[in-house]
Amino acid sequence: MQNKKNMNNSRSFTSQTLRYLMRNKLAVIGGLLVMLVFVLSIFAPIVAPYNPSTIDIKNILIGPSFSHPLGTDDLGRDVLSRMLWGGRISLEVGFVAVGIATIIGILLGSLAGYYGGWIDSAIMRAVDIMLSIPTIFLVLAVIAILEPSIMNIMVVIGLTSWMEPARLIRAEFISLKEREFVIAAHAIGATDRRIIMKHILPNGLSPILVSATMGIGGAILVESALSFLGLGVQPPTPSWGSLLSSGKDNIEIAWWLSVFPGLAILITVLGYNLLGEGIRDALDPRQRG
Amino acid sequence: MLTYIIKRMFLMVPILIGITVLSFGVMRLAPGGPAEAQMNFSAKASAEARERLRKLYGADQPFYKQYATWLTKFMTLDFGEAFADGRKVKDKILERLPITLTINLLSLGLVLLIAIPVGIMSATRQYSLLDRFTTIFVFVGFSTPSFWLALLLIYLFGVQWGVLPISGIHSLDITGLTFWGRLSDEANHLILPVFVSAFGGLAGFSRYVRNNMLEVMRQDYIRTARAKGLTEHLVIYKHALRNALMPVITILGLSLPGIIGGSVIMETVFGIPGMGQLMYQAVLSRDYNLVMGILVPGAFLTMLGNFLADVAYAFTDPRVRLR
Repeated sequence: MQNKKNMNNSRSFTSQTLRYLMRNKLAVIGGLLVMLVFVLSIFAPIVAPYNPSTIDIKNILIGPSFSHPLGTDDLGRDVLSRMLWGGRISLEVGFVAVGIATIIGILLGSLAGYYGGWIDSAIMRAVDIMLSIPTIFLVLAVIAILEPSIMNIMVVIGLTSWMEPARLIRAEFISLKEREFVIAAHAIGATDRRIIMKHILPNGLSPILVSATMGIGGAILVESALSFLGLGVQPPTPSWGSLLSSGKDNIEIAWWLSVFPGLAILITVLGYNLLGEGIRDALDPRQRG
Repeated sequence: MLTYIIKRMFLMVPILIGITVLSFGVMRLAPGGPAEAQMNFSAKASAEARERLRKLYGADQPFYKQYATWLTKFMTLDFGEAFADGRKVKDKILERLPITLTINLLSLGLVLLIAIPVGIMSATRQYSLLDRFTTIFVFVGFSTPSFWLALLLIYLFGVQWGVLPISGIHSLDITGLTFWGRLSDEANHLILPVFVSAFGGLAGFSRYVRNNMLEVMRQDYIRTARAKGLTEHLVIYKHALRNALMPVITILGLSLPGIIGGSVIMETVFGIPGMGQLMYQAVLSRDYNLVMGILVPGAFLTMLGNFLADVAYAFTDPRVRLR
């Protein structure tokens, strides 16, 4: 009974939140940007006019033209096609890295918030330690030591960004574990595991939604920075960061190599940030007036 | 107050130990040490020579022994020598520090100078044209990769219009210049890096000031101040602003390590020989002593910044002390 009532409540809460989200112009723009990049990346094999890895020595560094709308790079490869395929990599890195970070964050945050005491202290000290070391240094160190590959990048970004979700979940647990429905669950003899998984966690997930949405944008930025430094996605696999890196080498003769890939990053990250901020506002009852 | 400070200081000890263990572990336990990195240059080096190098670097010892050796030396502020050129790590850091410090302090100043007034204005005129514009700027600022912005500015100011230098910290030939000539030459080189480092902070900071201000304006004491007939000017600048800027202390504390750490990517794009570049090269060549010499003091400063921010916060807000 309890469970069913909760579900009804959460459904109305969800639809209410969605309604507020749709009313927020910036959030809708963000959602559209996110969808646009998503669709273009998924259909990259169909949409892309050229093979992203085909080298064409006769057409090196050609500016935007009818046959190459966004120009070609220093090996004569079509920039638009490489950007479309690069979008797949960026989104993949973003989603998997945030997935890893969120799972670790939920796990550690629930344990810290639910049990408190020395478990909480230990986990929170670990968070403090991770926050004291600049992420970019840790990422650099690990990537320089392991081979730079898409897999390693996703794991490293995930392993260095679980602190915020952990803190958020912990705060939710601390406030929710005193509530009547949790005490009632204790009273009827539910196990800790059941209370954490079935009773508290589903009610404490909404802040995570915001941090995960914005985290995808953040992870895409880190990946592009790493690829820009040559430590990220390795050629010939196309990526926005490595396109910008060749843009830097040819800055005096080929502006299009610097402008368009960066614009793609900006649009994508902007989309996730607008959407995330919109979700935050929609979830915050104080903003509803 | 004193008990709060002491309690807070004791909390820092396990964190500091954790930082050193973690960064030491990441660097040492990973495959490929400095001996291997050096040997890559001379492929024919014998296993014997490799072993000799490993011994020299102490890489043949077990992990805890290496850590203990390193820690005892580190406690006496002996950071050791860099593997690459045998020079003292401390000297290498000290010669890189000034330029990074200059750029970051200038950009922090620029951020504060612009962000605080902008934040106040968009909070006091919520939903006005200015507020909408800054909101959009904030989102774009958050989402812009700084190295891309750097590339665009290099293209516009350096290549297209040719008005600003695009790389390095001074021109190649400065022998003929007077003192003022050199100063303006260096200032010209700093404009783009300072602006680009300030850009991201600008967005975050003005948003932060705005949100704090909005939060404070909703408080009861603001209504009281208005009710007793104070001018709007007094309400905003005397009653609201002071309380809104208090959390800003925290952000300032948190930006302390950034001021010293420098930005790896920024310095790479602009070819600035600062701390970020030093760290980048050290990590790539697995120069343990150098990496640890930058990382650990940097992390220590982060903690110190946090600590100072908390203390300052407790000092200004009695409610924090009681918790």
